[in-house]
Amino acid sequence: MSVSQAIDFEIDKGDFHYDTEYDYDAGTGLNEATVDYISEVKGEDPWIREFRQNALQVFNKKPMPTHWATKDLDNIDFNKIRYYLSKGQTPSRTWEEVPDDVKNTFERLGIPEQERKFLAGVEAQFDSEAAYSRMKEDLEKEGVIFVGSTEGLREHPELFRKWFGKVIPTTDNKFSALNSAVFSGGSFIYVPPGVKVKQPLQAYFRINAENFGQFERTLIIADEGAEVTYMEGCTAPKFETTTLHSAVVELVALKGAKIQYITVQNWSNNVFNLVTKRARAEEEAEVKWIDCNIGSRLTMKYPGVILKGRKARGEVLSIALASEGQHQDTGAKMIHAADETSSNIIAKSISVGTGRSSYRGIVHIPKNLKNCKNNTECDALLINNNSRTDTYPAISVRGDGNSVQHEASVSKVSAEQIFYMRQRGLSEAQAMSLSVNGFVNDLVRQFPMEYSVELKRLIEMEMEGSVG
Amino acid sequence: METLQIQNLNVSIDSKPILKDFSLTIPKGEVHALMGPNGTGKSTLAKVLSGHPDYEVTSGSVLLNGQEILGMEPDEISHSGLFLAFQYPLEIPGVSIANFIRAAIESRLDEEETLDAPAYYRDLYTQMDMLQIDRKFTSRSLNEGFSGGEKKRAEILQMAMLKPACCILDETDSGLDIDALKIVAAGVNHMRSPKRSSLIITHYQRLLDYIVPDTVHVMWDGRIVKSGDKDLALELEDKGYDWVKEELAACA
Repeated sequence: MSVSQAIDFEIDKGDFHYDTEYDYDAGTGLNEATVDYISEVKGEDPWIREFRQNALQVFNKKPMPTHWATKDLDNIDFNKIRYYLSKGQTPSRTWEEVPDDVKNTFERLGIPEQERKFLAGVEAQFDSEAAYSRMKEDLEKEGVIFVGSTEGLREHPELFRKWFGKVIPTTDNKFSALNSAVFSGGSFIYVPPGVKVKQPLQAYFRINAENFGQFERTLIIADEGAEVTYMEGCTAPKFETTTLHSAVVELVALKGAKIQYITVQNWSNNVFNLVTKRARAEEEAEVKWIDCNIGSRLTMKYPGVILKGRKARGEVLSIALASEGQHQDTGAKMIHAADETSSNIIAKSISVGTGRSSYRGIVHIPKNLKNCKNNTECDALLINNNSRTDTYPAISVRGDGNSVQHEASVSKVSAEQIFYMRQRGLSEAQAMSLSVNGFVNDLVRQFPMEYSVELKRLIEMEMEGSVG
Repeated sequence: METLQIQNLNVSIDSKPILKDFSLTIPKGEVHALMGPNGTGKSTLAKVLSGHPDYEVTSGSVLLNGQEILGMEPDEISHSGLFLAFQYPLEIPGVSIANFIRAAIESRLDEEETLDAPAYYRDLYTQMDMLQIDRKFTSRSLNEGFSGGEKKRAEILQMAMLKPACCILDETDSGLDIDALKIVAAGVNHMRSPKRSSLIITHYQRLLDYIVPDTVHVMWDGRIVKSGDKDLALELEDKGYDWVKEELAACA
């Protein structure tokens, strides 16, 4: 791969430039040499390299799922993508080159000065080492492990190798296979039995180009009776030069454990965000996915829980905002595999302008199980006459004593409601954003406060845009 | 200057005339009642005054404290000092009473001004206590799951907080039991002041026992056909609207 070839790829947004000094790199396109290079740079054990190569084979064999998913997927050119960014190749631009609307969003959301440069692609690293190392000390005292995927597999194979690739096998889908071949970054967390981690663990503490990267791999194991909350993403728009993000997140909640996983996604509008997230909950364990999708060109994400042990509980709370030209294709999967398990799905979506939101849900309760319960509620709000929403629920319930409840609604913001609010002095934009914020209010309240405040402001901004 | 001066207002909906050369003047500090059978245009008047987009105003003028409000946006009319207590208040799920009223007040402030939060809440609780609305309602979603009486009291609460120059009450008494009626009337009476005027739109005389009007107008076929003092309302109750129709027929 020559220097000029490497630089000449899909930069279609803003002005970005690369440092010219760097070592040999994997370049664009994906083949066995790319995978070998990644494994080499990370100094991985042979079993991991083998795992990656095997995954590459699976990826190459699987077709694109366009028979059920959007044909927009065909626009991904796998040959043009850079699968691994080594140091010294991180792109940058000056603050002056950052578009005004990006700067305005930072202002409106109240993003701290130092973070703006990182998010806008002006700086490649956000130095939060200090905060991270303090937290690391506290965690170490309790025996909690919180490291990156590379370090996790290298330093703690006995813990992580056991579950790595077991909740989401390589063959699960084309993009889990891709991730399994080229993964880099992401968090590996282990919480010992009975330990309840008080502070939420944040991906943010470990920011660098890798961790906010394209192919993160996260694995969280909560041992018996342990409790942990993990937060990733941010409401501020994250500029990306690359167009494909394909993360894999595996959660394991052993007996009586609780895991809460909170994501706020606001990638820029050129990104294909194709994520596989799944949890395995053992006896009396609880897993809760709280997911908010605001950005990206196309997001496909269906957080799931396999309820493997008796009385296990799974929940997915999801908010999706599809603005002009976006498609949020999200949902949930609840697979009941033991008696007395329960699951709850609440999905709210908002479609603005030509934005399109889709809900896909699987609820599966086989005939040999008893006393299982599922509750699903999916509500869609269409703002404009050309907005679109689709719902594809797949519910399969058999057996005795199991119950499933499914409610769905589609609504427009009522003109009379807007008039009522305007009569009190609110402008049309203010009335719209109050109405929309009201629609998602009970879900937004479940996010940590710093997210919920920012989320409300983001929705206000989107609504102003839709009305004007 | 009168608070409200409506002159020769003609309004149609889907090309069908509803208000026909409608005229009405309410001097400052007065309370006027507008009565009439269903379908005569009373609610249309309320909607047009507050700037509802569904109605075509073909001619006429409406001056609010000397300012022409026809053609203004609903929020501009609101800022100019007109408040409409809706006959059927809308539910706003997920938006609390406290936050909604706060947003309404903040929409009236200048760019640099901020709301004095403690003063706001003091005022809010005072008004809620007077209207016998449980303070817990501050965090309830506006009108969601409210009974008819609670909705009407919530309208008066908003009116009390926004302190408008001109209050229009559209059939505020419909659906209220006698106790709720008394509370609502007390709230409206409490707001009577030399600078404020009110227009009470109602079918029934009952509310006017508690909110005694300075003038009563009777509406028929899109215009006011008879005006008098509070005794006119009693006469109407006694004789029914047919009496007015007969009187008009006799004159024609």
